[in-house]
Amino acid sequence: MAKEEQDKILDEVTQSDYKYGFVTDIENDDIGRGLSEDVIRMISAKKNEPEFMLEFRLKAYRHWLTMKMPEWAYLKIPEINYQDIIYYSSPKQKAKLESMDDVDPEIRATFDKLGIPLDEQKLLSNVAVDVVMDSSSVKTTFKQALAEKGVIFCSFSDAVQEHPDLIQEYMGTVVPIQDNFFAALNSAVFSDGSFVYIPKGVRCPMELSTYFRINAENTGQFERTLIVCEDDSYVSYLEGCTAPMRDENQLHAAIVEIIVKDNAEVKYSTVQNWYPGNKEGLGGIYNFVTKRGICEGKNAKLMWAQVETGSAVTWKYPSTILKGDGSSSEFYSVAVTNNHQQADTGSKMIHIGNNTKSTIISKGISAGKSSNSYRGLVKVTKNCEGARNFSQCDSLLLGDKCGAHTFPYLEIGNKSAKVEHEATTSKIGEDQIFYCNQRGISTEDAIGLIVNGYAKEVINKMPMEFAVEAQKLLAISLEGSVG
Amino acid sequence: MLSIKNLHVSIDGKEILKGINLEIKPGEVHAIMGPNGAGKSTLASVLAGRDLYEVTEGEIIFQGKNLLDMAPEDRAKEGIFLGFQYPIEIPGVSTVNFMKTAVNEHRKHKGLDPLTASDFLRLMRDKKALVEIDSKLTNRSVNEGFSGGEKKKNEIFQMAMLEPKLAVLDETDSGLDIDALRIVANGVNKLKTAENSTIVITHYQRLLDYIIPDVVHVLFDGRIVKTAGKELALELEEKGYDWIKEENGK
Ligand SMILES: Nc1ncnc2c1ncn2[C@@H]1O[C@H](COP(=O)(O)OP(=O)(O)OP(=O)(O)O)[C@@H](O)[C@H]1O
Ligand SMILES: [Mg+2]
Repeated sequence: MAKEEQDKILDEVTQSDYKYGFVTDIENDDIGRGLSEDVIRMISAKKNEPEFMLEFRLKAYRHWLTMKMPEWAYLKIPEINYQDIIYYSSPKQKAKLESMDDVDPEIRATFDKLGIPLDEQKLLSNVAVDVVMDSSSVKTTFKQALAEKGVIFCSFSDAVQEHPDLIQEYMGTVVPIQDNFFAALNSAVFSDGSFVYIPKGVRCPMELSTYFRINAENTGQFERTLIVCEDDSYVSYLEGCTAPMRDENQLHAAIVEIIVKDNAEVKYSTVQNWYPGNKEGLGGIYNFVTKRGICEGKNAKLMWAQVETGSAVTWKYPSTILKGDGSSSEFYSVAVTNNHQQADTGSKMIHIGNNTKSTIISKGISAGKSSNSYRGLVKVTKNCEGARNFSQCDSLLLGDKCGAHTFPYLEIGNKSAKVEHEATTSKIGEDQIFYCNQRGISTEDAIGLIVNGYAKEVINKMPMEFAVEAQKLLAISLEGSVG
Repeated sequence: MLSIKNLHVSIDGKEILKGINLEIKPGEVHAIMGPNGAGKSTLASVLAGRDLYEVTEGEIIFQGKNLLDMAPEDRAKEGIFLGFQYPIEIPGVSTVNFMKTAVNEHRKHKGLDPLTASDFLRLMRDKKALVEIDSKLTNRSVNEGFSGGEKKKNEIFQMAMLEPKLAVLDETDSGLDIDALRIVANGVNKLKTAENSTIVITHYQRLLDYIIPDVVHVLFDGRIVKTAGKELALELEEKGYDWIKEENGK
């Protein structure tokens, strides 16, 4: 393929439209721009929170004031003015929601457009969904059906009201407020999110899913997710995210905390498709997320699976603390960057318990002028016997203007540990594309085949209902790009 | 079926094909022979639509249509198949998925519905038997880690799956052992009908014992310098290319 032709096709990629970029015209209840103790008191008051929550927020805020934004990630980020962000914005709805019919028709229409109808009967039969728009949870479906099993799945705000004891016991135990700059910020201003509690011995009967949507202008979204799995329980949880197209960058700084007890198992899947900015790199979401789980009990299992195609900048390292003896964790990730997107993602596996096992499979796909970095840490503490880790980081490049980087860190404190690391870099060759063309397969379809083949190992780990979506998303976000 | 007139092709400003003329009728088998670097693979690639090459002059008409106006995938769907001299590996893409996509694209082009999974697997089985290719190979990613001979066999398997009107086989015989050569040639012969045509590019008369050509051409320095019956292949085998070079003043 001639050089100009390649460039032309590469340009076409950048024109593939973000399909979720519309704005919903609804009235918002916001508190104006800026951040101060008063703002935090106001958020807490708006949410009618108990005293311990306000204390938690203020402590986090005071600590945040002493911190600086991290610089070590392989990212170029313009300075963020934290006083220019609206920290609380909630779609105005009349009174409290009693049934689905009470949801504002505009909001319903938004989620219909996104392919997430709020009516329970229209939902995928086996998925319960919580939707969070800007700062508020709009509706949790199937609440009743889950309650019969003793499963709690509700918005974080509701959980603070209805289960304050559980929140107080677990919140901040996996990601402490002083953990990092964005974790501290989130702890101070977080507005909503999801709470999941699976009682002892219960296998959650359906997939749980939260759908995050940023709608209002100039707002930041700061949600928290807390998942607690008691002994011998199981849950599979999925989060999805989209945002409208806007010229200015918007901040998303979330926290996810997961606690897995004896013999329990959690699967946490993410399909992240925040608005990535336009082809010149204008706008898009800054996605700074702290996700961490602890395998607290023996033989506890935690699996992370993520397909990341959106955001202008992503900074995220889902991590697991393997504390319980025999506990294990797996991390499967596909991160796509295109145009001017930047991603610095990876995983951390902290081995503390004996005979703990971790696996990291990271697949980066870079196109356009994007930059895609893997950063991973495998740490084995001094008294940890028999730890095992296998890490594999693969990069796939489309075109020659993008970059892929791998930063594996190892801290091995015990000689009995077995740690393996493999890395590969490959390119979609124009000879591969031509070979497909010659068999009657168009260039778009050829890229789809190759990329999905490359990402198969990760996609196969997603819940079935979402695997197809994830595959389509990969194809869409790389539309037209050839190397 | 195929009519090439005064075809000139360059790469990076260097002329490689210098006025090719070729007529192929339905049902005919043409062999193209010629020394290394003569331009045989270039001709095959240009027929398939590889845009690395620049066509500076001439035309190619395939079944009444101007081939040079068509994208490679459209040429494929119109019935042109290229058996690559060096087949490409596509790691991660299963042969089954690859062939299913290809076959269904061909069907869509003909206005047919995609094959059901079971119909597709039946088709795979029949064609695998025809070219005696092992399931161990077709269960793997496309050509990944295949030996040279296995790749060539896989080309013929794909040809059998797609049933082209014009197959261009670029040195499909090189790298094949004696048994594989016979199997591949048998496969090609079994797929032959009164309507479809084949261009066989080869260095060896041996293949032409199995696939009997109607016409043999010698391609030399970007031109077809000799065209005759199958006895020409024997003559080349015996005498080499020197006499051709002399006749053409080199
Ligand atoms: N991409 C390229 N860049 C530069 N020169 C090329 C390129 N492709 C082919 N050529 C040149 O064009 C000429 C014809 O090559 P071609 O591959 O068509 O020969 P061939 O007849 O198939 O030879 P062989 O019998 O060795 O397969 C050769 O001199 C080759 O070096
Ligand atoms: Mg050749």
